[in-house]
Amino acid sequence: MTMLTLSKAINAGLHHALADDDRVLLLGEDIGRLGGVFRVTDGLQAEFGADRVVDMPLAESAIIGAAIGLAFRGFRPVCEIQFDGFIYPGFDQIVAQLAKLHYRTKGAVRMPVTIRVPYGGGIGAVEHHSESPEAYFAHTAGLRVVTCSDPQDAHTMIRQAIACDDPVLFFEPKRRYWTKGEVLDDLPADPLAFTRARTVRAGTDATLVAYGPLVQTALEAAEAAADEGVDLEVIDLRSLAPLDVDAIAASVEKTGRLVITHEAQRSGGIGAELAASITERCFDLLEEAPVRVTGFDTPYPASALEDHFLPDLDRILDGVDRALGRRSSASAAGRAEARPVTGGEGRR
Amino acid sequence: METHTQFPQDSDERGGDAREPVPVDHGCVQLLDPDGVRQEDALYDLFVADLGHAELLALYEDMVVTRRIDTEATALQRQGEIGLWPPSLGQEAAQVGSARVLRRGDFVFTSYREQAVAYCRGVELDQLMAMWRGTALSGWDPFAVGMATPAVIIGAQTLHATGYAMGCQRDGSDAVAVAYFGDGATSQGDVNEALVLAASFQAPVVFFCQNNQYAISEPVGLQAQRPIADRAPGFGVPSMRVDGNDVLAVTAAMRIAVDRARSGGGPTFIEAVTYRMGPHTTSDDPTRYRDESEVVSWRAKDPIARLERLLESEGALDETARAHVASVADAAAARVRAGCLALPAPDPLSLFDEVYATAHPGLERQREEYRSYLAMFDGGAR
Repeated sequence: MTMLTLSKAINAGLHHALADDDRVLLLGEDIGRLGGVFRVTDGLQAEFGADRVVDMPLAESAIIGAAIGLAFRGFRPVCEIQFDGFIYPGFDQIVAQLAKLHYRTKGAVRMPVTIRVPYGGGIGAVEHHSESPEAYFAHTAGLRVVTCSDPQDAHTMIRQAIACDDPVLFFEPKRRYWTKGEVLDDLPADPLAFTRARTVRAGTDATLVAYGPLVQTALEAAEAAADEGVDLEVIDLRSLAPLDVDAIAASVEKTGRLVITHEAQRSGGIGAELAASITERCFDLLEEAPVRVTGFDTPYPASALEDHFLPDLDRILDGVDRALGRRSSASAAGRAEARPVTGGEGRR
Repeated sequence: METHTQFPQDSDERGGDAREPVPVDHGCVQLLDPDGVRQEDALYDLFVADLGHAELLALYEDMVVTRRIDTEATALQRQGEIGLWPPSLGQEAAQVGSARVLRRGDFVFTSYREQAVAYCRGVELDQLMAMWRGTALSGWDPFAVGMATPAVIIGAQTLHATGYAMGCQRDGSDAVAVAYFGDGATSQGDVNEALVLAASFQAPVVFFCQNNQYAISEPVGLQAQRPIADRAPGFGVPSMRVDGNDVLAVTAAMRIAVDRARSGGGPTFIEAVTYRMGPHTTSDDPTRYRDESEVVSWRAKDPIARLERLLESEGALDETARAHVASVADAAAARVRAGCLALPAPDPLSLFDEVYATAHPGLERQREEYRSYLAMFDGGAR
């Protein structure tokens, strides 16, 4: 067992993947001598060579498109997109080519391509460096979209993503890169474990679903709620496509209430999909409508405003209040008449 | 369906060193003029010196057969049997001349008008029709023929070819990758990114641009103010500009490029100057954007007619040979028609097949929902 930061945990996972399978290649901008702008690939080129850890021209479409060609030749490329907001020049190759080639060829062509994307806000960066574009890809059939939240999962999930025969968008919560945790090298027996949601805190009063950078925030919110006698079950989605609806439904069956939180804009987001899926599945088990606590439908703002844009502990608790049918700022603003208080006085 | 022996295993019998830089003057190389008269070119002649009558007849046959396939497919569209067809009429020399240079182990990434390339690679004719009849997104197994399924978004495949070529390098293989694309695609970022990438890594890839003068209705002047072949040297990729209706010039250029790629000399760009004599697709009306006089002038440069004239003048195309080629063409047309009409309608639930390589519970649920829905219509349950 080793204590590692999340970024080092991914580095160690990539190291395993490169060492275990000589068909694995890393492709990206500045990933070689520099070791990546977040140092996630630090030292890998020195060990595995420039043919395995490839510094690419500054061309995102070329990074993805070349990975597709390499996959045709039987390689398992792992692409790094330097920042979330830089993925759009590669969008066509991802959604129109990479996602569809297996289907287009009736399974003759496998596309075991992993695309690593540092994503999300909270590091005070400039424009195009703090976005959460995951829903674009979750909407595209043929792709798997996953995200990790702690060092152990980061380590395990990147290895499972690379081993997966489907294309995987692997979103890395960049503001958690420096989070430390214990990391074991063992891989779960189930090769699709990285696509299943996991319960990170058991509870009975409401189900709080988060992913990536907000799992930690959700756990902190659950601790705060516990101080007030509200017992939250916190679930880390891990997989955004496909969604592990079964796991969330099982939790909602127990709690009757659902709060979903993510950094990305609300409309058309992962939370919307999950709320709809759970409402379809569990309508008569829900005590209240599912609640979303998300970024707003604005572009990611200047960093002086990002604390307002990003869901934090208090906004999540406000959402929990709504899911519990309690009075809250959002319900007051959204309804002519506040709901009757069913769970005691509001916290503030 | 391999009717010829045109996957050369080596090129030792040819003179010249492919790694020698090709002069980039970008006059249009022509070895066979529209009247079927051989034109001399000290460099390019070296690369087709081994082509005797048998080889030329084989190229002639391929061009006639692929034109016949094209005619039959167009007829099938007019009869409502396929939804759409992009005729390759006029581009037979560019496609056959380049594709016949390749070996089985090479890999081709094309756009959607490369039916003659597909024929040369050995794609079965019913499989060729599946995409256009709408029974499949593509009909063939790419690994069985060394040809990826068509890229409909123009230019995307140039990056796949470059990536594949980078894989060949890593495998220590002398296989090469070829990207086929049109003049319109050269405006796309992907083609330009592919040139950057191929040059940076000296990837064994050939960029084969069929400049057929139009991107649907837009003339090539809207894509390029200079010969397209002029661009590649700026990326560090040597280029050639050849008469794309001259199968000898195309063959010579492709052999130079492929030999260079195979021997570690890196990428090459070929601009084959040709003409799309038909519409963009069967849905198009080219009379709205080009004059008939232009079409007439290009008809005089027909790629098949000029080779026919050469072969006739040399006494190599007698009635027996002509009849043989016609019978092969008719048989291919019959296979196109019969194969197309026999394509089975896919099982509705195959809609859900092969989206993922591994299990996807959400999609499996949708499959079951739809299966149950369809079952309601059995036995009068409706």
